[in-house]
Amino acid sequence: MNQPFTHPYLPNTAPDVKQAMLDATGAASVAEFYADVPDELRLSRPLDLPAPFPAEQDLARHVRGLLAKNRSTEDRLSFLGHGTYQHYVPAVVDEVINRSEFLTAYAGEPYEDHGRFQALFQYQSLMAELLAMDVVNVPTYDGYQATATGLAMAGRITGRRRVLVASDVLPAKYSKVADFVRVHLDLEHVPTVNGTADAAAIAARLGADVAAVWFETPSATGAVETALRAISDLAHEAGAIVVVGTDPIGYGVLTPPAEQGADIVTGDIQSLGLHQWYGGAHGGFIAVADDPTFIMEMPSRLFGLATTDVPGEVGFGDVAYERTSFAQREEGKEWVGTAAALWGIAAGVYLALMGPQGMADLGELLLARPRYAQQRLAAIPGVVLADGALHLREFTVNVAGAGLTAEGVVEALRREGIEPGVVVGEHTLLVCVTELTSQADIDRLAASLAGLATAADASTTPVTTATILEEQNALVSDAVLPLAPELTQEQNA
Amino acid sequence: MSLPLAPKPAIRRFHQASWDEPVIFELSTPGERGVFVTPIEPGVRDAVGDVVAALPAGLRRATPPALPELGQMRVLKHYLRLSQENLGADLNVDIGQGTCTMKYSPKINDQLIGTPQLTAMHPLQDPADAQGVLEIVWSLERMLAEISGMDQVSLHTQGGSAAIWANIAMIRAYHEANGEGEQRREVITTIFSHPSNAAAAKAAGYEVITIFPDAEGYPDLAALKAALSPRTAAIMVTNPEDTGIYNPAIKQWVDAAHEVGALAAYDQANANGILGITRARDAGFDVCHFNLHKTFSTPHACGGPGAGANAVSAALAPFLPGPRVVREVAADGAVRFDLRDTDARSIGSVAPFHGVIPNIVRAYSWIMALGAEGLLAAAEIAVLNNNYLLAKVLEIPGASAPYAAGRRRIEQVRYSWQELFEDTGISSEEIGIRMTDFGMHYWTSHHPYVVPQPFTLEPTESYSKAEIDEYVAVLAEVAREARETPEVVRTAPHNQTVHHTHHDDLDDPERWAITWRAYQRKYFGAGTPASAAEPAETAA
Amino acid sequence: MIALVVNPIAGVGGPAGLAGSDGAAVQERAEALGSRRRAAERARLALETVAARSAAGASRPVVITAAGAMGEDVVRAAGLEPRVVFRASSRDGAGETTAADTTAAARALVDAGASLVLFAGGDGTARDVAAGLGTDAAALGIPAGVKMYSPVFAVSPRAAGALAAAWVAASEAGRSLPVQEREVLDVDEAQLRVARVEPRLYATMPVPYLAGRTQARKSATPASEHAAVVAAARGAVRSLRPGVRYLLGPGGTMAEVARELGVAKTPLGVDVVLDGAVVRAAASESELLDEIAAGPARAVVSVIGGQGFLLGRGNQQLSARVLRALGPDPLVAVAPEQKLIDLGGRPLLVDTGDAAVDARLAGFVRVITSAATTSIYPVTAPDAEASDPEGEGHAP
Repeated sequence: MNQPFTHPYLPNTAPDVKQAMLDATGAASVAEFYADVPDELRLSRPLDLPAPFPAEQDLARHVRGLLAKNRSTEDRLSFLGHGTYQHYVPAVVDEVINRSEFLTAYAGEPYEDHGRFQALFQYQSLMAELLAMDVVNVPTYDGYQATATGLAMAGRITGRRRVLVASDVLPAKYSKVADFVRVHLDLEHVPTVNGTADAAAIAARLGADVAAVWFETPSATGAVETALRAISDLAHEAGAIVVVGTDPIGYGVLTPPAEQGADIVTGDIQSLGLHQWYGGAHGGFIAVADDPTFIMEMPSRLFGLATTDVPGEVGFGDVAYERTSFAQREEGKEWVGTAAALWGIAAGVYLALMGPQGMADLGELLLARPRYAQQRLAAIPGVVLADGALHLREFTVNVAGAGLTAEGVVEALRREGIEPGVVVGEHTLLVCVTELTSQADIDRLAASLAGLATAADASTTPVTTATILEEQNALVSDAVLPLAPELTQEQNA
Repeated sequence: MSLPLAPKPAIRRFHQASWDEPVIFELSTPGERGVFVTPIEPGVRDAVGDVVAALPAGLRRATPPALPELGQMRVLKHYLRLSQENLGADLNVDIGQGTCTMKYSPKINDQLIGTPQLTAMHPLQDPADAQGVLEIVWSLERMLAEISGMDQVSLHTQGGSAAIWANIAMIRAYHEANGEGEQRREVITTIFSHPSNAAAAKAAGYEVITIFPDAEGYPDLAALKAALSPRTAAIMVTNPEDTGIYNPAIKQWVDAAHEVGALAAYDQANANGILGITRARDAGFDVCHFNLHKTFSTPHACGGPGAGANAVSAALAPFLPGPRVVREVAADGAVRFDLRDTDARSIGSVAPFHGVIPNIVRAYSWIMALGAEGLLAAAEIAVLNNNYLLAKVLEIPGASAPYAAGRRRIEQVRYSWQELFEDTGISSEEIGIRMTDFGMHYWTSHHPYVVPQPFTLEPTESYSKAEIDEYVAVLAEVAREARETPEVVRTAPHNQTVHHTHHDDLDDPERWAITWRAYQRKYFGAGTPASAAEPAETAA
Repeated sequence: MIALVVNPIAGVGGPAGLAGSDGAAVQERAEALGSRRRAAERARLALETVAARSAAGASRPVVITAAGAMGEDVVRAAGLEPRVVFRASSRDGAGETTAADTTAAARALVDAGASLVLFAGGDGTARDVAAGLGTDAAALGIPAGVKMYSPVFAVSPRAAGALAAAWVAASEAGRSLPVQEREVLDVDEAQLRVARVEPRLYATMPVPYLAGRTQARKSATPASEHAAVVAAARGAVRSLRPGVRYLLGPGGTMAEVARELGVAKTPLGVDVVLDGAVVRAAASESELLDEIAAGPARAVVSVIGGQGFLLGRGNQQLSARVLRALGPDPLVAVAPEQKLIDLGGRPLLVDTGDAAVDARLAGFVRVITSAATTSIYPVTAPDAEASDPEGEGHAP
């Protein structure tokens, strides 16, 4: 800084101010402050970075120019889900979370950041009503982390290692969870039958060494687990904890897992008022009963109600903050860091706007429209539903009978401006339908797919239900196998 | 009184908004609606029938969730009032939140990320439709590679601690790939490094060894050498540490780790003062991470989302999380960005998809506003601000800066009120609460308190001399109060949204109330509205 | 109810450079040198803080105390109401008091219903209070003595007052503050004055501590001292192996280790544990040597007092002969991180009286600080360096 460098983000560059500050420190130059950085470690050249746009209007033009290359789901007709979902975000949600007071706050006390504490306490409380559980944490990173932590808690509580994975799990989520817990837990996937958990196989594998049975409902294919209550009873008899990964979007009409025997309910809140943001707006929740055995194992923050010196005034604070030191007693201590608090505030605003009727209406829609889409797609010759399960928002279809591959369908329909779904097997497509995909949109998808099917020669590839189910099971196993720890060890050996 | 205005007092007369807003459930008016869901089309209904009635027994929710029912404007007003009861960094002087680099988050960046061309992007869309966002991810990775000197960067993690987890997960995978997973069971860190380094290492199954500073306050190289062995998987250190002291022997630390076959991981949470000055790879580190919400200006958002960036040497690149963004140049010179899956050596997924995209775009935009010269200037001003602040704080009777007496600090300092505490019995925590009465934020330090009665100030490059002077004046005023009118400090806050809060109920399982639902059940009996019943048991 | 006992002559020797105030000869000499008795003054500072903090409350606390200079005068001077339940036997507390007076006073205060006994003095006073404290009450030192090796003192009189005020407030709310067993150490002053520091562990007493008042912590770490001690003890227990005899030294951390193991612990003795059972309690040096001869063994030790002694202070049974018999890796060291932090960069110390053994132990030691957490910490042998006892510093 031999010549004054000025920039709108940088005060104290005026020579007089800078000199006055240096004088106060007794230093002759800024270089003196770096006396402890050895010369050999000093970078002797400027960083090689692109030329900047110091004027805001030039910066805006540059970045907007880049983003203008994107074609969003507003430009395309999207049936994409698989972990990130397109739902309508009410304007009030964005208005609230864009408030500077919330957006730029961090770690104030419950006094100067009272609003943050209240908004997050309300988030916990609104989620608690939706999930029918008494305790919900301040959001952790995402649904992957929430489930990984929920399983780790189950391991610490039971002192056991085995986890039976009862449902089909998103491969990326399985990968994250497996790597996170592998020191403490062994995951065993019990193949699903017709899209949902195989109660008999789980019963056969349950034992006194099972820490948890892990359900995903809706599953990676959108299947809703129907035997949660029955299997939970079996798990509890064996002393295991039932951990559920879920998306709370359907609980305006569906019975929440807690009322079907789940002990630890985890999941993602992106569906509740957060934009898709290219998969970059996720938050995780962990819900348990008001039971110290479980609460003391939660690594996340919990905000609670408190009284103040003024009667009737609502105060807040951290509940049982020292519990994290109890969690330390086994090896698996986790951390609390900057995670996803603002997304929790957003989800709270969303639920306050939706109310019980809004969530009931949306839950019904997320059952009805996918059912309609299933009917329309399955009516296409050679296209069959991959399973007979009850589905919320997402379902899989097999297009082999139409002489098509899933990749082929995607490639062809993208040319028509349609993202028909996510390829999850050679012939299997995961289709997501929400309140943003109307009947007309579904009809358009069906018509386009029917056109493709007609064009293909379907007669040469007869497909049985058995081969479909085989592919269905294979796709989940294939997806998780490369990341299973035993294989990694074999490769290392 | 009439004009002209009297001069302002030396200390600002602040009072925060206090709306006395009820908990939102108390505002519910049955029948009101905040937003409608689009109706199910008649054609859909005709085709599928009553899907809710058709649900299997036990799957249909018996009683609707007891969410409040409110009109749209009431919801808005409620939350905007809460927002006014929150002191964001855009409003206060936030230099009291040391270690967190509370710098200015430019407003233009918030605007840029709000476009549907970003908000409505699905991560599994055709990459051809995502060229803009992929280019930004790729470019930011390259810029952070240059800033750290590393070869490859991943932006997948959602915060600093998550990035620390990714660091240790990659280190674990690296040693396993070399057949040394069983042998290397220990991770070495320092007491002044961020506690998440130790916590993440433990969560990954490692034994953690903590090194204390030597008598001068520098990390003890001899102790490190005594701790290193063929059992060491890695050293995980912060530099400068949370004291603002730069370890001049950092290269010897890294070299010593390498000599026993261990890796060296660098927590660059405190990188703000050394941008363009010195780089992780130049000191020999194998892996490092940045917090985009600290050094690269993305807003702290009440505690997230932040964003992490993991940077690694070529040897560790195969272990990065996936998928990776790649840049391809066609024969005709056309540039195309694509996504490529990683192989089995990768630690796999650490988060959904590609990281906190809105913050990745913000950080990209911040660097593009400043450039190389601007980053260096930001670092130098952050360090100038910090040393100026240090000189000013040390003028306050009762304040001190333990360790490395007389030495310069980089971007922050961990101070101590021990002398003031001994003189007055007023603790650093009590001072912190009183500071809020002046619209100032203040934080003590991570536990355990290595410095007694600590407070940690980091002025970053964003605060002017005048604002630093104002902060110091308030610190001095509160210290004076501690001596002359300690009751004022002890009974603070006085100018805040709420008054002194009683935390006892929060530690008692019988009495704590973590949700409104639990509060209703514990104090009023399940299902009884609060207004219609007396408390079943009264909290003392 | 809080109580106060003042050792009126505490601190007399300090300003005169006499390293303690025990014994009439020293006291006379100190008086002659013009020392001021500072215990009363410092006790008053503490009680004024209590008075100020309860000013806003409903009622001013009554302070149970001893007559005259042993407390009553100070309570009045601080503007609080004394309830006198003890008078020094011979001199009505007006003249010179004895160690026996302090012990008797402490006993009387507790009998009268005191839940927290504040005492103004030094290590000798702490020792005398501990002797009369019984099992139900807690105690807290107002630092006023010359020797304060024992970690039972608040950092300052006002800090002691703040803690006592919090104790009162908690009692009024029907709660109690958490307490932690802390060591009472004292040195033989006669030896000290001939330049030989030998602090011994005399007792432990429950001392209250204040959990943080604010909650805006960013990171999950043990926030309470007790939790940290428990974590350290758990880490130590995790490291124990079957078939090995463990010689558990004295001290608060070792008491927690025993609690984790589910065995009884003598507070001041070295107890030998094998496979989860005590095989020898309060063992002498020769008994320890017998145990070591019976199979593999290690000594489990913590940091004693504020100076950072691992060996040679309070656990002299773990002698040079014992350590030599234990072989090349004799120690399992255990301490919460805070104990190391409190050393402020100073090394841990060993002093077995055998320069060769001390030299072998010097260097670095692995200290277990929590489950799966250790520290590599420097150790030196002060005797090898002929240090000045005055320069070794007192407890913080």
